[in-house]
Amino acid sequence: MSDAALTSAAPRGYRHHSKPLWRRALFTREIAVFAALVAVYVVAVFSVPNFAAPITITYLLLDVAAILFIALPMTMIIITGEIDLSVASVVGLSSVVFGTMYQAGLPIPLAIAVAIVVGAVAGFINGFLVTVMRLPSLAVTIGTLALFRGLAVGLLGTTAVTGFPATWSDLATSTIPGTPIPSVMILFGALTIVFVWLLHGSSFGRGVFAIGQSSEAARFSGVSVERTKLILFVLSGTVAALAGVYYTLRYGSARGDNATGLELGVIAAVLLGGVSIFGGRGALHGVIAAVLLIGTLASALRLANVTSDVINIITGTLLVASVVSPSFFAWVHEHWTRSRGRRARAAAAHTDATPATTQVDVPTSHNH
Amino acid sequence: MFSNVKRRGAAAAIVASAALVMAGCSTTVEPGSSETPNGDNGTPDANLAITFLPKNLGNAYFDTSDAGGAEAIAEFGGTYAEVGPAEASPDAQVSYINTLTQQGVGGIAISANDPEAICGALNEARDNGVKVVTFDSDTNPECRDLFINQATAEGIAQVQVDMIAEQIGGEGQIAILSATANATNQNAWIEMMKEILAADHPNIELVDVVYGDDDDQTSFDRTAALLQTYPDLKGIVSPTTVGISAAARYLSTSESKGQVAITGLGTPNQMRSYVEDGTVAAFALWNPGDLGYLAAYAAKALIEGEITGAEGDTFSAGKLGDYTVGPNGTVLLGDPYVFDANNIGDFNF
Repeated sequence: MSDAALTSAAPRGYRHHSKPLWRRALFTREIAVFAALVAVYVVAVFSVPNFAAPITITYLLLDVAAILFIALPMTMIIITGEIDLSVASVVGLSSVVFGTMYQAGLPIPLAIAVAIVVGAVAGFINGFLVTVMRLPSLAVTIGTLALFRGLAVGLLGTTAVTGFPATWSDLATSTIPGTPIPSVMILFGALTIVFVWLLHGSSFGRGVFAIGQSSEAARFSGVSVERTKLILFVLSGTVAALAGVYYTLRYGSARGDNATGLELGVIAAVLLGGVSIFGGRGALHGVIAAVLLIGTLASALRLANVTSDVINIITGTLLVASVVSPSFFAWVHEHWTRSRGRRARAAAAHTDATPATTQVDVPTSHNH
Repeated sequence: MFSNVKRRGAAAAIVASAALVMAGCSTTVEPGSSETPNGDNGTPDANLAITFLPKNLGNAYFDTSDAGGAEAIAEFGGTYAEVGPAEASPDAQVSYINTLTQQGVGGIAISANDPEAICGALNEARDNGVKVVTFDSDTNPECRDLFINQATAEGIAQVQVDMIAEQIGGEGQIAILSATANATNQNAWIEMMKEILAADHPNIELVDVVYGDDDDQTSFDRTAALLQTYPDLKGIVSPTTVGISAAARYLSTSESKGQVAITGLGTPNQMRSYVEDGTVAAFALWNPGDLGYLAAYAAKALIEGEITGAEGDTFSAGKLGDYTVGPNGTVLLGDPYVFDANNIGDFNF
């Protein structure tokens, strides 16, 4: 939560400063998701048998690790108002490339490097089509979703590459000695620091938010819109490829259909974490909390013997509620302030003799 | 605005907590699988909580096999449960295996979506004392204690030759409608069928092997072509579920209905109407209910320490009788099961 203060890098209007700093820092969407995560965790510890065991955290983090990785660049892409639907296919493609390179006799580090380069190239193709060809990212990445998956399945067919050396697969499944935290979280921590700095601490990140607010305005204020988006898509492909290597080593199986549908999990978490699908708004700590919230819910419900369909219904409802709730509460708030303003005006009309000070500040503080 | 965010967060937390509390309640309704069930005829301290983990839920085939498992577990007084992913993706079973390991179940009966991807999770479960039985679809042998094999290639070839020979009276021309030209299983069965035909049925002539590519329309067209090319054709064998139902659909509306026999491997739900209208006399597959039943008894025998999964171990499986573990920790269910007008009503998969 150290980056909570950094969210002030997001553009804010006058009304954001009408409340004291502590309220602005605390009562945010991100903190709400974090509070929900803590609530779910605490309730599960007390009501779900076996949930309190430390191994739960190990399994949970191993399960969501790939989503956590990809959510970092995805957050930035969605903040610019674009989307990358091809990430899961890049995971599959890099998994297959990594597997075939290993099978061809390349040493593992080299095979990993090749897979990551392939991911970066895949991201570059997306970025090139979006920024140079000026095509909408939704259309482009639906196309490359099919294209990259087709390449992945075409390269390996229905076979799988298995038998990766234990030293490497252990890296993907082992825990940090003395803790239930998987070792792969060290890599994730490092990546998080880079992305938090990039989004919330650098001028590049301010450009990302500016593009999301208005790409025209961003362009006129000197942000290189195309270059920024291109970099983001390349980052997305690269990180997705890294997730693909992790995925392959964790399950010990390089297959073309690995991680099918993972993109929906990533995008769901990013939106639940408070990133606006229209761009311009969001923060990484909210997204990370949202990934963990979905993972914790699924893990607790599985331990409580709830079937996968019900788990999907609950996560789906949570997502819809989280997307709908800002508009709903805004509507309630507006309704409430309007009726309160009306009442205040009515009261003022009835009691002319009352000093004006109390009536004046009620409408002005809420009407914007 | 920000006071509302607080409320929104609270609402989300309440929804999530409510879901969990409800889920928590539901566990108390179902017998908690982490507790040792009150086995009345098992070893007193044996944990006979056995969970079935099919490739995916909502699949009629696995509904049948898991119901067989439930029947067996009820017989020996264990605790039955079924969990599984909504989609049969390679890695989807891993988190369920992990969950079962945490819950400390006695045994897992699983049909593997991927022979390798679930290996690590299964071995972790076994390290924690969980017995692992695969059925229908195996993992690598080192990741499980036993595999319940539904049928051998020899058994499938033999039953198909027996059925067609009986249906055409032991002589005449037959043809085979297979899947794709390079389908490994089908090609192995066809080779064995040719050997059995040559050895046991010299009066039956195999005139052609055609390939419907496991596509309904292609198989339908190939059937039509076969009947035109060979006017004396007495029977068609289709060792693929897609092929046999397409061939039966063609025959059921053609004038050759009743003249040309059709048999092979099919599922009761696909073939029901053709058996009822007399197009098809009998076809074969294994009985998934028996498969699940045997898997449950195998898990029980492993949990109670009666067997270890070594070759030559024997155990008893209720109504199915006694079984012996074969090479590679494999138990064979038996001969394929023949479905006909008399028994097809008992099956729904």
